[in-house]
Amino acid sequence: MSKEALFGKTLSELQNLVAEYNLPKFTARQIADWLYKKDVDSIDEMSNLSKKARFVLNEHYELGLTLSTKVQASVDGTKKYLFPAGKLKFIEAAYIPDESRKTLCVSSQVGCKMGCLFCMTGKQGFQANLTAGEIVNQVRSLPEKDALTNIVYMGMGEPFDNLEEVLKSLEIFTAEWGFGWSPKRITVSTIGIIPAIKRFLVESQCHLAISLHSPFEEERKKLMPVENVYSLPEVIETIRNFDFGRQRRISFEYIMFKGINDKSRHVKELARLLNGIRCRINLIRFHPIPNTPLEGSDSKTMEEFMMALNAKDIRTTIRASRGEDIFAACGLLSTKELAKKS
Amino acid sequence: MWNDENSRLKEYRILANDEIAPGVFLLKYERDFSFVAGQVVALAMQPNDTPRMYSIASGTGDTDIWILYDIRPHGQLTPNLSQLKKGDSIFASPPSGNFYGSALPSVWIASGTGIAPFVSMWRSGLCKDKTLIHGGRFLHSFYFENEFKDALGSNYIRCCSQQSGEGVYHGRLTRWLQEKPDMPADRKYYLCGSAEMVVDTRDILIGKNIPYDSILAEIYF
Repeated sequence: MSKEALFGKTLSELQNLVAEYNLPKFTARQIADWLYKKDVDSIDEMSNLSKKARFVLNEHYELGLTLSTKVQASVDGTKKYLFPAGKLKFIEAAYIPDESRKTLCVSSQVGCKMGCLFCMTGKQGFQANLTAGEIVNQVRSLPEKDALTNIVYMGMGEPFDNLEEVLKSLEIFTAEWGFGWSPKRITVSTIGIIPAIKRFLVESQCHLAISLHSPFEEERKKLMPVENVYSLPEVIETIRNFDFGRQRRISFEYIMFKGINDKSRHVKELARLLNGIRCRINLIRFHPIPNTPLEGSDSKTMEEFMMALNAKDIRTTIRASRGEDIFAACGLLSTKELAKKS
Repeated sequence: MWNDENSRLKEYRILANDEIAPGVFLLKYERDFSFVAGQVVALAMQPNDTPRMYSIASGTGDTDIWILYDIRPHGQLTPNLSQLKKGDSIFASPPSGNFYGSALPSVWIASGTGIAPFVSMWRSGLCKDKTLIHGGRFLHSFYFENEFKDALGSNYIRCCSQQSGEGVYHGRLTRWLQEKPDMPADRKYYLCGSAEMVVDTRDILIGKNIPYDSILAEIYF
């Protein structure tokens, strides 16, 4: 039987653990230090722990790190790492270098329940939630870990459908006893699960991105079934009622679909909907997936759309497409075929 | 002021909580609000628990609220929910969501307890010009079977993946859809069930030239 993983435990969980085995209280911080700052590969390497502590830990726990089993490299420098996540389950993480900015796009679930029409991950259905350890491991086991400048929760899965583990992973990334990252270097993206947005905004300081894709409810619900449960006006109202302060950023993701959400009426409605919210819109090129009825807007339309929004004082950028040749670009992550072969 | 999601929960008295099939329950609690067929409520055992969303299964004319649910062995709510008896309390939110039923000719497609919003639509008088395709693993998975047989006749299709039965297609509902040569393109398609069923069904329908914007889906999460 496999042992429980130490990696992914928060300080308070480690404090409970040491109390359970009658180890000195300070042992919890020592373990956290070895796990998240010193990058040890075994419990035996935790050399300032007592022999008793190491024995107890080895008896009941394993470190819980998982190395990637495959890496694909794009011509543009993007790399896609494959990690096993339990029996016959796999996740992908995309490393995206861009001059001085090195971003890792992490997954939060194996598959996804949200069923968005434009997303490849959604087509594989839902297999499992990742643990905080499995989320943090994507950073810890990345060969480029020390070069990373940013983490975005925009890989496989809906982070706010796995809120507890995502919040724990954010705590590990940002706490002084953990990786000690600034929350301003981390962005969590959601399709708009309102109760989870509220908790996230209170319990974390990280940036928030919301997948918008249409400012009209009737259009959005045909692209994103979640609209039937949490409507866009309610999502925007939730955002509007929260004080983001000067440091925290809210952004909206907007994949552009030819003839569907790229008209001037969309610009007008976006301006009305987001009026008064200090935010940014990221326009994203659509990467076609099999059997999709959707097409991406052309570059000229995207540029005109961006300029029209900027003219309405909504800061808007077009996100560069990265890793398309290795299916690492936005909306293309999927391990369905791999799971089938296994 | 930051509103807590749980502040929307209100205590209601349970009127019944019957096991209508192995592991599947129909919960009934008192009603003091209006709703539209297809809407959901959030339920919790205690006011500070994290609530879970469920489709309302009762009709807009019913005097109480019905919730159809199955026990998820590792679920946070349903194992405890199934233990509740008449007279106990449950905490529920006001109705929300906009997976609304309509009087237009439509095809309803559901798997398992995903039938709940369509039960509500049927009980709310929206059965005219409707076809219901229901997928289940066992013959006992076709909840409200007799009522739908009466209401829809040959427009009620049951697809059972693990058992054979009279008048029941033996196989998944996605296979039934794939084998059907054509599906009417002038109808609205309402899908409710697991993410996998919804995305597979949507792909099949789009492959049969149903416009994507005629397909409306509700997912469980």
